Amino acid sequence: MTWKTMTYTGWGRVHDATGRVARPERMSHLQALEPLPAIGNCRSYGDACLNDGGDAVLMTRLDRILDLDLDAGEVEVEAGLPVGDLAKLLAPKGWLPAVMPGTGFATIGGCIANDVHGKNHHGVGSFGQHVLSIKLIQDGKPKTVTPKQVSLFKATVGGLGQTGIIASARLKLLPCEGDVITVTERRIDDLDSFFEALDGSRSTYTVGWIDATAKGASLGRGILEEAETAYGLVPKKPKSRKVPFDATGFALSSPVVRAFNAAYFRRIPESGQTRVKPISDFFFPLDKVHDWNRLYGKRGFHQFQCVVPVAGKDVLREMLEEISRAGLASPLAVLKRMGDGRGGYLSFPMEGYTLAVDFPNRGRAEALIGELEEMTAKAGGRIYFAKDATARAETVRAMYPDLKKFAEVANKIDPNHEFATDLVRRLRLREVS
Amino acid sequence: MNNTWIILGATSSMARAFARAVSDRGDGVLLCGRDMADLKASAVDCAARGAPIAEALAFDARDPKSFQPIIDRALREDGQLHVSVFVGSMPPQDAVDADPSLIAGVVTDSYTGPATFLQRIAPELEARGGATVVGVGSVAGDRGRIGNYVYGSAKAGFHTYLSGLRNRLTRAGGHVVTVKPGFSDTAMTWGLEGMFLVASPEKIAEDILRAVDKKKDVLYTPFFWRYIMGIIKAIPERVFKKLSV
Repeated sequence: MTWKTMTYTGWGRVHDATGRVARPERMSHLQALEPLPAIGNCRSYGDACLNDGGDAVLMTRLDRILDLDLDAGEVEVEAGLPVGDLAKLLAPKGWLPAVMPGTGFATIGGCIANDVHGKNHHGVGSFGQHVLSIKLIQDGKPKTVTPKQVSLFKATVGGLGQTGIIASARLKLLPCEGDVITVTERRIDDLDSFFEALDGSRSTYTVGWIDATAKGASLGRGILEEAETAYGLVPKKPKSRKVPFDATGFALSSPVVRAFNAAYFRRIPESGQTRVKPISDFFFPLDKVHDWNRLYGKRGFHQFQCVVPVAGKDVLREMLEEISRAGLASPLAVLKRMGDGRGGYLSFPMEGYTLAVDFPNRGRAEALIGELEEMTAKAGGRIYFAKDATARAETVRAMYPDLKKFAEVANKIDPNHEFATDLVRRLRLREVS
Repeated sequence: MNNTWIILGATSSMARAFARAVSDRGDGVLLCGRDMADLKASAVDCAARGAPIAEALAFDARDPKSFQPIIDRALREDGQLHVSVFVGSMPPQDAVDADPSLIAGVVTDSYTGPATFLQRIAPELEARGGATVVGVGSVAGDRGRIGNYVYGSAKAGFHTYLSGLRNRLTRAGGHVVTVKPGFSDTAMTWGLEGMFLVASPEKIAEDILRAVDKKKDVLYTPFFWRYIMGIIKAIPERVFKKLSV
């Protein structure tokens, strides 16, 4: 196996890692490697996909369909396949991955290791709940894990790669009408209306865009998007674009973001609108602009994402007040209703509301995120490892009650912590006590 | 009419990307190489992407006995047959310097093996009319350089062979595309020093397919390698012999 010494970052580009990276193109070459952490397209924002000073295996060239059963609605794939590629291939055949995160570039391995959720979480739960089996590589030997091996399965789904390299997986698919989607968008005037609209939505796919710069009576205003897959024809979309260089700080400065958000809100007529789009436009709206993370400039950005239980939802109002007061928010802010579906010990979801907001990495951003984390903890909620770059180990321990069970399983498989990543070390996720 | 591609050296990432691209169009693929487990995985992948026929077949450029079963299998398909050659091997020049007997293997993998295969199937391609042959050479074959002239000379031989085959197949309504990739992002180049403007296998596959459709004779991919190699070829030998480019 040849190695490349390289410096790589998470999607937020705040942390980086330097180390040797292998990129096998065949399963036999993957199995020949010593135990080491696996990485994919590095769409985790923080340091979940980093192993600074150590080795890593890049899975992106192991991206094939290993079995496709259109009658049963099941597919087996190598872990490096991007979920968006799978969706593109399956949708014309009447199937979709049951759960899709906000970017189609996330690999299947990453979707499992972070037990990602999508815009249909309230209906179908998390990614891991649709995984029928996982092939793990532990010590060069393949091992198939199914939900019947409860503790190993639950430590693998959402387990940040700590139980072995996820080499391939078999997934249960969801039927869909076709490769287009009918999207209804309506304005929501304030936070209480938003909660009400999210609770009342009967759509398969529901998500809220929120104007995190709005204050006062408009606090929590935004746009509710509800969607159903459909069969039909839509014009071919233009080729994707690329952000060619790091933007300056001005691009996402407070007045620019406020103006953008106001215009984005008014884009939707007061009476709302329904449009038919290619599925990828709805599921992966930002993927059309390659390397959009460069818009935040060299210093990168953070995404704060929390979920709080229904009873604690008022804390979201306080959070939005903090955020708009700080004047740091970017246009990317999302509010969603979550169900209770989760697949593993360290899975993020819980019944309640999830809020995600991007912040450029400047000024008070990290301090603000620290405050938001404390507020989340007090409300009985939790933060999302796939997004996190700043949390403290003590804060996180209280949020994840099954952490001990997880660490016990992982430590038994990997006593020397060879699968540990920067995030796992920073948050001390492998410590049992 | 249905199309079937024989793909030699199908485990390489470039070949894999090409097999996917033709599968997307609904062409059949016969994936030929040595690692059968890997080829079988690729065959399932191609079938899922739309290839009506996707099979893994054993092929070893150094074992001419492996050639005929592939040809026999391909001839069972009616419609149009096409061949694409992605084989080749490039041991580091210093390894060849230490053990000159390695040259025979490089020449067999990169030139005489695939040429023997093509020579055997050529009458069948002629008989069927509009066949396309894609031969992947290298910019290294355009001029002998101190860094890899053994590999380069084998590819140069292959280029000349393809040029002759083009001359022959054109008369029968067929076509030959000689592909000269520059630096590509493959397992062979992963971690090598001094790589620049590296192209993804998907991009190269897309370029090859366009060249096939447009019946281009010689494709440099990405395109700017035509100009880079134009300059390198234009340097007088008395100057070139002192350079290390």
